[in-house]
Amino acid sequence: MGMTPFRSHKGLIATLDRSNVDTDQIIPKQFLKAIGRTGFEKGLFHDWRFLADGKPNPQFELNRPEFQGASILVARNNFGCGSSREHAVWAIQQYGFKAVIAAGFADIFRNNSVKNGLLTLTLTEAEVEEIFQMAGRCKGLTATANLEEQRVTLHLPEEISFHFEMDGGVKEHLIRGLDEIGLTLKRESEITSFEAKRPFQNRHREPPP
Amino acid sequence: MPKTLFEKIWDSHIVAALPDGNALLYVDRHLVHEVTSPQAFEGLRLANRKVRRPELTFATMDHNVPTSDRLAIADPISRAQIEALAKNCAEFGIALYDLASDKQGIVHIIGPELGLTLPGATVVCGDSHTSTHGAFGTLAFGIGTSEVEHVLATQCLRQKKPLTFKVEFAGNLKPRVTAKDMILKLIGAIGTAGGTGHVFEYCGPAIRGLSMEARMTVCNMSIEAGARAGMIAPDDTTFEYLASGARPFAPQGKELEKALACWRTLPSDPEAKFDKELTIDAGQIAPQVTWGTNPGMVVDITGRVPQPDQVPGMARKDVEQALAYMGLVPGTPITGLKLDVVFIGSCTNARIEDLRAAAKILKGRKKADGVQVLVVPGSEQVRRQAESEGLDRVFKEAGCDWRFAGCSMCLGMNPDQLKPGQRCASTSNRNFEGRQGKGGRTHLVSPEMAAAAAIAGRFVDIRTWA
Repeated sequence: MGMTPFRSHKGLIATLDRSNVDTDQIIPKQFLKAIGRTGFEKGLFHDWRFLADGKPNPQFELNRPEFQGASILVARNNFGCGSSREHAVWAIQQYGFKAVIAAGFADIFRNNSVKNGLLTLTLTEAEVEEIFQMAGRCKGLTATANLEEQRVTLHLPEEISFHFEMDGGVKEHLIRGLDEIGLTLKRESEITSFEAKRPFQNRHREPPP
Repeated sequence: MPKTLFEKIWDSHIVAALPDGNALLYVDRHLVHEVTSPQAFEGLRLANRKVRRPELTFATMDHNVPTSDRLAIADPISRAQIEALAKNCAEFGIALYDLASDKQGIVHIIGPELGLTLPGATVVCGDSHTSTHGAFGTLAFGIGTSEVEHVLATQCLRQKKPLTFKVEFAGNLKPRVTAKDMILKLIGAIGTAGGTGHVFEYCGPAIRGLSMEARMTVCNMSIEAGARAGMIAPDDTTFEYLASGARPFAPQGKELEKALACWRTLPSDPEAKFDKELTIDAGQIAPQVTWGTNPGMVVDITGRVPQPDQVPGMARKDVEQALAYMGLVPGTPITGLKLDVVFIGSCTNARIEDLRAAAKILKGRKKADGVQVLVVPGSEQVRRQAESEGLDRVFKEAGCDWRFAGCSMCLGMNPDQLKPGQRCASTSNRNFEGRQGKGGRTHLVSPEMAAAAAIAGRFVDIRTWA
């Protein structure tokens, strides 16, 4: 099964003014017990988003009225660090985000995003700062993340555009919405011939009784 | 062309060079646990796919498991996840070390114990602390659930080649300074994103001087510096660990001879080039204590809670947020911090040597009044070994809770959690907000430091401990 292809997305920006947002914050442990793939939006930033009585925390950025309906999340450095939990990506997508912009992403989070068709887009710290400034000044700021052109554009009276770097393989994967497992299974003969040459030390021993 | 340890393993596992520039990389061992696998197995079912090499796939239950009464899982959602793993392993023919098994434990502790983790091999698991296995000269890294499904279906992964980063620990550690202090010092020096996109190779005299268990502690926390993996070249210490006879999946006899000849070729060639290099003087490392909400927010035990504008490389706002969450006042000496809970456990520090080190400090002493001390062995094998040495009695006589094996309070997916506001000295790997329980305040330390803190009720400099 492939995923939904990503070419370009226009949407409302929400800013989260934090560095090192770890996946424990994105989706806390109590939501990892599910065995399905849906319903994770409830857990997104749960301990920041909700007060002890379950009401929305008015101090938390994503709860601001102007960020309701946002589909592009902007944060600072090293977004998605920590645990490998893919539930973090599912929660972000199921809440409604199509793209995350940051000054850096943790490797596993970025890999997980690609597999699910969530665009993670790295800009420089200065560029991210500029988005924070603009979003602070212009309530309801929207942007377009164009993957084909590798360009993110802030829709202001005078538009601002940033180029972003993107690995060629990742770009193709996202644009075409590839089924990676299906592609790899087509290489069955190569895998089999590789296995035939496996070094002795990796040969499996029978499990002990 | 001279190669690094990483490059040798990478090159020998390329099944195919893919048109997009990535490699199709073969996976020798796939470790599975209950939290990150159910959706992967469901994906296989939906696509009518099989597990390609079930005999290279090994599963255990660790994240959700209760550590007091093993078989009575009160939380029905936790129980359903445990049962789902058992059902999936039965359906797809995968070996499972379940709660009734005497080999159950934290996935990164039982892999090496069973001899599943071997030099020169690739190991993956849907868990970021898979970097632990790199201590054997193994390329081991954490993956997400989509990649778990990919490995189950194909025994391969599509990977971009990471960069290399040599981390040399020159000199030798001072007494009572440990592997945990080495890795915390490194993370403090380069930050939590300092290793992003890279694979570390740890080397130098201080690394050579570590036992296998201590090396695992170092490699375990590579991910906390953002690295894809952390590795240590195999040497006689590694080979002795593997040849000890107690590791059923490790090669033995003639097979071992052949394996050793191969393993000895793995260390980085003398002329091999790394993309980055860093040297740390191990002799200068003091016991480390984290003060903030990520493992890079760390200071010497002799230090103080920092001023928000005086932490190099960190934004004032980030430090202020961390201090507010941690309930700390800048300028407070670390040794002045009083504790509510001490947790000795996790894939970082719950092997037998860790428990021996903690027991040595606690022997004949009592924990401080009002402090709860939880000692959770990393595996059932570790638990039995500790009990055969009488360590359980030492812990109990000191007033600690002695438990069954599991991840426990490292991430609190089971009932072992901090209450809001509780301050904890923990031998685990993450001091993230809420990690050990919502509102809980975590300080990461070595097992020796945790044990001494349990007795004193506050942090103490283990170097000056009688």
